[in-house]
Amino acid sequence: MTSWTEELTRARLHVVSGKGGTGKTTIAAALALALATGGRRVLLIEVEGRQGIAQLFDRAPLPYAEERIAAAPGGGEVHALAIDAEAALLEYLAMFYNLGFAGRTLRKMGAIEFATTLAPGLRDVLLTGKVKECVNRTGSDGRHLYDAVVLDAPPTGRVVKFLDVTKAMADLAKVGPIKGQSDGVVRLLHSGDTAVHLVALLEEMPVRETLDAVAELDGADLRPGAVLVNRVHPARLPAHSVPVAAEGRVEESRVRAGLTAAGLDLDEFTLEGLVDETVEHAIRVQSQQEAMELLSHSDLPTVEVPELTDGVDVAALYELAEVLVAAGVR
Amino acid sequence: MTKLDFDPLLDDLETRVLVCCGSGGVGKTTTAAALALRAAERGRRVVVLTIDPARRLAQSLGLRELDNHPREVVVEGFEPKGELFAMMLDMRRTFDDMVLTHAGRDRADQILSNPFYQTISSSFSGTQEYMAMEKLGQLVAQDEWDLIIVDTPPSRSALDFLDAPQRLSTVLDGRFIRMLSAPARASGRGLLKIVGTGFSLFTRAVSTIVGGQLLQDASTFVQAFDSMFGGFRERAQRTYELLRSPGTGFVVVAAAEPDALREASYFVERLSDEGMPLCGLVANRTHPVLAGDLPAAKALAAADDLDRSGEAPLAAAVLRLHADRVAVADREKRLLARFTRAHPGVSLVGVPALPADVHDLDGLREIGRRLAGE
Repeated sequence: MTSWTEELTRARLHVVSGKGGTGKTTIAAALALALATGGRRVLLIEVEGRQGIAQLFDRAPLPYAEERIAAAPGGGEVHALAIDAEAALLEYLAMFYNLGFAGRTLRKMGAIEFATTLAPGLRDVLLTGKVKECVNRTGSDGRHLYDAVVLDAPPTGRVVKFLDVTKAMADLAKVGPIKGQSDGVVRLLHSGDTAVHLVALLEEMPVRETLDAVAELDGADLRPGAVLVNRVHPARLPAHSVPVAAEGRVEESRVRAGLTAAGLDLDEFTLEGLVDETVEHAIRVQSQQEAMELLSHSDLPTVEVPELTDGVDVAALYELAEVLVAAGVR
Repeated sequence: MTKLDFDPLLDDLETRVLVCCGSGGVGKTTTAAALALRAAERGRRVVVLTIDPARRLAQSLGLRELDNHPREVVVEGFEPKGELFAMMLDMRRTFDDMVLTHAGRDRADQILSNPFYQTISSSFSGTQEYMAMEKLGQLVAQDEWDLIIVDTPPSRSALDFLDAPQRLSTVLDGRFIRMLSAPARASGRGLLKIVGTGFSLFTRAVSTIVGGQLLQDASTFVQAFDSMFGGFRERAQRTYELLRSPGTGFVVVAAAEPDALREASYFVERLSDEGMPLCGLVANRTHPVLAGDLPAAKALAAADDLDRSGEAPLAAAVLRLHADRVAVADREKRLLARFTRAHPGVSLVGVPALPADVHDLDGLREIGRRLAGE
C-alpha cells in the first residue's frame, strides 16, 4: 500500500466522493487545507446545495461567488464556492444570449427549475462546466488563479454519472456552445489533471461501495485517486493480543497485576467493565483490519485519518489537514 | 426526558405502520430490521420494507436480490411466534408498475422509453422517497400484515423524505411543464402574453444549447404523462394522510453526532408541525462506559506510569482504550443532553453499538434487545 503518489501531486482537480455519512465534506475541506499548506491557493467547491462548507467552517451560507474562507499554514489560502445549478444556468444564458429581464421571468415560470432538475444530464453538465472554468481560470500573469481545486462531489452512488459528461452530452446537444464547453470538461475530467478520491470508513458497506466505485470509475475511464479512510479507531492493544481478546479471552489476572503495579486498586465490577471494553475494542480493531484488507484490493494509495473523539470543528480540520500533509499530500 | 419503550409499542395491535427515518448512515435499515424481527418474535405478522441494505444484512433476511415483493423470512432455527416478511425496494420497478397501472399499454411504452422518464425514474432526487411511500401505500392496501415497518432512503437530509413526493408532483405539475405540453393552446388564450417573450426566448436558447430534440422529448413526455397526473397526486395525498393516521408512528434514528442530531431536530419539529405521530428518538451506536468508576485522567496517568516502567503493556493498553472510550461517551452524552434540552417532550433510547457489523439474525436480535432497553 502506498501513500500519496507523484501522480496525485500533479493533479489540479481533486474530486472527493464517498458513501453518505463517511465524512466526505470534512475530508474535502481538510484536503483543501492540506493542499494550500505552504503558500498555495486552493478553491473548495460544493455542488449539492447543502451549504456543508459553510456549516463546517461555522459561517453564514455561501453565496454564488468565490470567497476566502480560511488561511493555511505557510501563507496558503482556501477559497470556497457553492455552485448552484440554477444560478449557473442563468449565468450561462446571460453569457451567450442577451436574456436580461427574461431570466427572472423564466425562473418565476419554473423554466429554470425544469431545465436544471428534469432535463437529462443538463444539471451535471452545468455544474461540471463551472468547475472546469474555475480550474482553468488564469490571472493577469497568465498563471492559473488556483493551484488546486477540491470538489466535494455527489456520493459514490451518483458520482460516476455526475462526472461522465460524455454520456450526458450524448443525450443533449450535438452542436452549440454547451457542446464546446462540455468537450473541454470531458478533456479535463479524463486527464491526469483530475483525480477522484474516495472517502471510506472501515465498515462493510462503505468499503464495498468504495470498491464498486473504483470499478465504476475505471469502467468510465475516469481516474481513481486515493482512498481516504476516515475515522480510524486507534489500535491500543499490542498486535498479538488483538485476536485473542476479540474472542473474549483477556487475561484478567495480568491486567489486575498491571493495574496494581500502577497503584490502581479496582473493585471486581470495574475490572469486569474494563475487560468488556477491551473485548469490544479488540473486535472493532479486528473488523477494521478485515475492512482494510478488503480495501487493499482496490490497489490505490490509501491514507488513514484518525477518529477525533472531540468531534469536528474548525480547529479539527487543521488537525486533519496536518495528518494529510504528513501522509505526503501536497 | 422519558425513555422510549419499544415493547409496548410493538405489542400494541393498534400500531400498524412504523417509519424509521433519519439522515444517511445512522443505521436506519438495521434498526428497521431489528424492530421487525423483535415484533415477529413477539407474535406480530410483520413485513419490513428495506432500502439498499448491506449485502450481508440482506442475506441474513434471505434477500438475495432486489425483489419487489415481500418474502417470508425462512431461516433455520428461526421460529417466531408471529411471522416475518422482508423485501428490498426496487425503485425503478415500482415506478414502472405505477406507470403501467395508470396509463394504457401503448402510452406506457411511450413513457417508459422517454429520456425524461428515465431521468425522473432513476436520478431525480426524491424519486426513491416517492417510491418508498408508494410501496408503503401498496403494502397497506394489500392488508396482509398487521404491522409494516419501513426503512427510508439514505438521503443526506432526513426531510427529503417528507418533501420528495410533493416536490416531484410540483415539478411535474408546474406551469412551465404545462406550457410544454400544450404550447399552442396556452399562447392562444393570451394568458401568456407577459411571459410569452421570455418563454420563446428560453425555448430558443435551450434548443440552441441542448438541442431541439430535448424539448420535443419533454413535450411528448408531458403529454403522455398528462392523463396520469391526477392519479399521481391523489396517491401522494393518500399516502400523506396515511402517515398522519393514528396507526402510524415515526421512529427517528440518529447517531450521537452533531450533524445527525441536527437533522433529527429538524425532523422532530417538522413532524410536530405536520401533526404526524412521533414515537421517539433512537440514539444509535452509543459507546457507554462499562467501567464507570475509573476516571479517564486517572487511567491515563496510570498508563503513563506503566509505559515508563515498560512492564504490563497489556494493562497500559487497557487503560488507554478505556480513556478513549470515556472521551467518546462524554461527548455523546453532551450531544444527547443538548438534544433533550431542546426537545424535552421527545422520548429517547440509547442503543449501544455492537463492536462489529450486524450480518445475521442473532445480531439483529441483539440490536432488538438493546432497542428494547434490555
